[in-house]
Amino acid sequence: MSQNIIVQAAALGKQVISPEGQLTILKDINLSIKQGESLAVIGVSGSGKSTLLGLLAGLDTATSGKVTLDGTDLSQLDEDGRARIRAQSIGFVFQSFHLLPSLTALENTSLPLELADIDHAEQLAQQKLEEVGLAERIHHYPNQLSGGEQQRVAIARAFSGDPKILFADEPTGNLDQKTAKHIIDLLFKMNKENGATLVVVTHDNEIADRCDRKVIIAGGQLTEA
Amino acid sequence: MSLKRDWTSGELRLIGISIIIAVACLTSVNFFTDRVQRATEQQATELLAADLVLISSQKINPDVIKQATDAKLIFSLNESFRSVVLKDDKLELTEVKAVDSNYPIRGHLKISDSLFGKERIINSIPESGTVWVDSRLLQVLQIELGDFINLGASKLIVSKVLTYEPDRGGDLFNIAPRLLMNRNDLDATGLILPGSRIQYRLLLGGNAEAITQYREEIEKNQGDNKNLSIQSIKDARPELKSAIERAEQFLGLAALVSIALAGLAIAMSAQRYATRHYDNCAIMRCLGLQQKQITKIYLYQLLILGLLCSLIGCAFGYIAQEGLNRLLIGMTQTSLPAPSLFPLLSGILAGLITVMAFALPQLIRLRTVSPLRVLRRDITPLPLNNYVIYIIAVLALIFLSPWQSGSIKMTMNTLLGLCITACVLAMTAKLMLRLLKRLQPKLKMSARYGLANVTRRSNQSTVQIIGIGIGITVMILLTLIRTDLLENWKSRLPDNAPNYFLVNIQPNQVNDIRTLLANSLNENIPLYPMIRGRLIKINDEAVNIDNYSNPRAKRLASREFNLSYAEIMQEDNKLTSGSWWTEDSKQSNSNNNYFSVEEGIAETLGINIGDELTYSIAGQEVHGNVTNFRWVEWDSFNVNFFVVSNPEALIPYPSTFISSFYLPDSDRQILIDLVKQFPSITIIDLDAILNQIRTIMQQVIRAVEFVFGFTLLTGLIVLFAALQSTHDERTNEAALMSALGASRKQIISGLVAEFLFLGLITGILSAVAASIIELVLAEFVFKIDIAINPLIWIIAPVACCLIIVITGLSGTRKVLRTPPMIVLRKI
Repeated sequence: MSQNIIVQAAALGKQVISPEGQLTILKDINLSIKQGESLAVIGVSGSGKSTLLGLLAGLDTATSGKVTLDGTDLSQLDEDGRARIRAQSIGFVFQSFHLLPSLTALENTSLPLELADIDHAEQLAQQKLEEVGLAERIHHYPNQLSGGEQQRVAIARAFSGDPKILFADEPTGNLDQKTAKHIIDLLFKMNKENGATLVVVTHDNEIADRCDRKVIIAGGQLTEA
Repeated sequence: MSLKRDWTSGELRLIGISIIIAVACLTSVNFFTDRVQRATEQQATELLAADLVLISSQKINPDVIKQATDAKLIFSLNESFRSVVLKDDKLELTEVKAVDSNYPIRGHLKISDSLFGKERIINSIPESGTVWVDSRLLQVLQIELGDFINLGASKLIVSKVLTYEPDRGGDLFNIAPRLLMNRNDLDATGLILPGSRIQYRLLLGGNAEAITQYREEIEKNQGDNKNLSIQSIKDARPELKSAIERAEQFLGLAALVSIALAGLAIAMSAQRYATRHYDNCAIMRCLGLQQKQITKIYLYQLLILGLLCSLIGCAFGYIAQEGLNRLLIGMTQTSLPAPSLFPLLSGILAGLITVMAFALPQLIRLRTVSPLRVLRRDITPLPLNNYVIYIIAVLALIFLSPWQSGSIKMTMNTLLGLCITACVLAMTAKLMLRLLKRLQPKLKMSARYGLANVTRRSNQSTVQIIGIGIGITVMILLTLIRTDLLENWKSRLPDNAPNYFLVNIQPNQVNDIRTLLANSLNENIPLYPMIRGRLIKINDEAVNIDNYSNPRAKRLASREFNLSYAEIMQEDNKLTSGSWWTEDSKQSNSNNNYFSVEEGIAETLGINIGDELTYSIAGQEVHGNVTNFRWVEWDSFNVNFFVVSNPEALIPYPSTFISSFYLPDSDRQILIDLVKQFPSITIIDLDAILNQIRTIMQQVIRAVEFVFGFTLLTGLIVLFAALQSTHDERTNEAALMSALGASRKQIISGLVAEFLFLGLITGILSAVAASIIELVLAEFVFKIDIAINPLIWIIAPVACCLIIVITGLSGTRKVLRTPPMIVLRKI
């Protein structure tokens, strides 16, 4: 594998059992993402974008083919092994934020650091929250924050462990246009500062246009845009 | 509609299981109580020598006998009367009983072939021309087996020593010695004359239904047979009655608590079900469904679910009662009637009421889901007023409980207890959660995350703590009470419970007998004075049977009491109000007569502290004031008295002494010595009755244990329902943690920490609640002595933590195996 390829999918396929029988969501996907690159995955609803993101990030397992992430073949790992890779190398930003309601903004942000057993987790988390402009709200619980603020906490959390790859699944899907723009600006700014690889699943052409490369999924297959 | 889908997706499953268990518990307890009651009554009928006894002072009406023959009942007639028996120059007043060959219908006669000889069962009655007499008559008349005695105009041979007759019962200590004769010899004695005081008894036996039907007919026509009284187990020995009553109280309590717990589980599951249906309802509202249509949909759904699950519950209840039938084999002498349909119908009805009362209020909220939720998911329906939910629940329980506990007072007390427990648990839980929150920043990640979940979901945690807490409290409580009850019953009738009574001891024999007993038994046996007296006045009002409607009060008002006197209260009595007399109190009052009255009789006769009682003793009136009420342990087989005075009050009057003691079989020689040395005293052998009562107790204990198992099961269901209520959030969070890189170990430690905190708080609170309630129940309901076992302070929290951790983790096991993407997509 070339030195600067950080994510590689080879002959990747995903099938599920539906009431109508076996359903193929992804078929023979081959994809290489270089370190530091930003990639937009676009496609219509139900085309399998999020499924691909889940497979690339090791959140789900493929039916066929393999994913190599930062030099490790994910298909050879069990759930704990994949979790370890996620803790060490991956950050996530989800459409519906997915913050833990029982933890404050600070605790949510420091969680990945603590899971990876990194020292001074709290200070580092606080620093990230300051970077996303939430210095005043670090002790607030998710339900005390607006949608935009919650997504900012999610971004702070995603970058808190200095990940090599950031996966974002429709990061602005639940936000209004103005807030969405702020969030995207923040996401790209932080990505640049951190030098991370960014994989964004999106409907939004504006976001896709800001990425280095775009791929389209249709009929379970992937093509370069 | 979506019933099948919701069931398979597990949403309705817990509601359904709760209904099934509640109904199964209810129907089997109904069957069980019914059967145990009947079986116990049948066992106890041995104490009546029949299933039913009709007593009359006149010859039993032939129509009444014909009715019995028509109903295919077995019957036996006997006559009892007092008459003098002559032997040479000695005479003795005896209780004669003339019986026919069907006697006894239940139980057996026991005899021996020599005085205090080996006892054996005999399945016949005295042959014509012979009589069987009890040992006392042999002692008093100094006769031997084979001797003739004169009874009226007849000369009869004494052929056996009668040691036991099942229906001897009654007042053991004031009866003349027994003489049992063949009814065919009765006319020849010439003792049956018009005006003779004879008690005619008709003993009846048969299957329970026929007996009940016959009894009802007799009761209906009782106006025509005014002198006829009916005797059943309720008039049998008070020792047994109190044990059965307590067992029934326990069964009722356990069943009522089971329903309350099932209701709690249903309410919690329904709340979760409702929360999960907000979106569905919002969409349906958007599509134009009206509020009442939504209500209808969920109402029908619940009705169908309630009906189906009630039927399944009934089927389980039916199967369980078949098991019970086997459990009770050997306890009854005749087969029990087939179970009727009534418990099944009542089970179905109870299932529907439970589900409607506990689940419907939660689901009715769904009608208020705003269609706007389709756009804004954070819009939730208005919460129901909690008071409404509680009132509906309490009303349903009150409605359901009379079938169970049989007493409205008991029901109200139990529910009040549950409500107070819930409030106290809620307040203490909130306080503990607040205190624990301060600890949070100092903990490691997993523990902090666990504690954060408990404290953050403060309201949900409180509900969980109340739910699980009540479940655990009840489980601890029933375990404790069951143990206490069983221990108590065992200790009341220990192997060395008094099995002999000595009566008719003259005052001048007291010291000698005391010495003889002390030398023979190596312990000091107390002898109690006994004075016969009739209560004639309470304050200035004459005691008249017509003033009382209660049959027991009438009986008590019409007969002589055994009074006693004592300087200090008997050890096994308990003062319930007022104070015992002391030297000081006596001196401060010029009227030196005081009475201590047993609380039950005081209530029956309407006696209050401070009342002046007047007794007629040996033709003289004795006045005295009631200074206290006592609780008496009637089932201890120790000598006890309804009314006790201070010594000064009764010493001047004629008295005899009485005592009870335990004597092993091997030491029976002591009895012979006693009789030889003191021919006038009477020895009463209670071994047979004691054994009978022990057998019944064993059956009751089994019943208690069986029902206890059911209640434990509902307790566990509550626990499961409580944990399930936050299961979705926990599942989602576990998936998210996993996505963020948490290992399975880290997720599990977080969950374990959460469950441990929950378990610890619940365990401590439950132990406190259970101890307090146990004290209250033991003191006021079961009236038993208990000692709080300090071990529950350790066992309860540990058990609570273990149960919650195991149940909680087993619920989240699946999520740990599922790839996080699948869970996250559903959020």
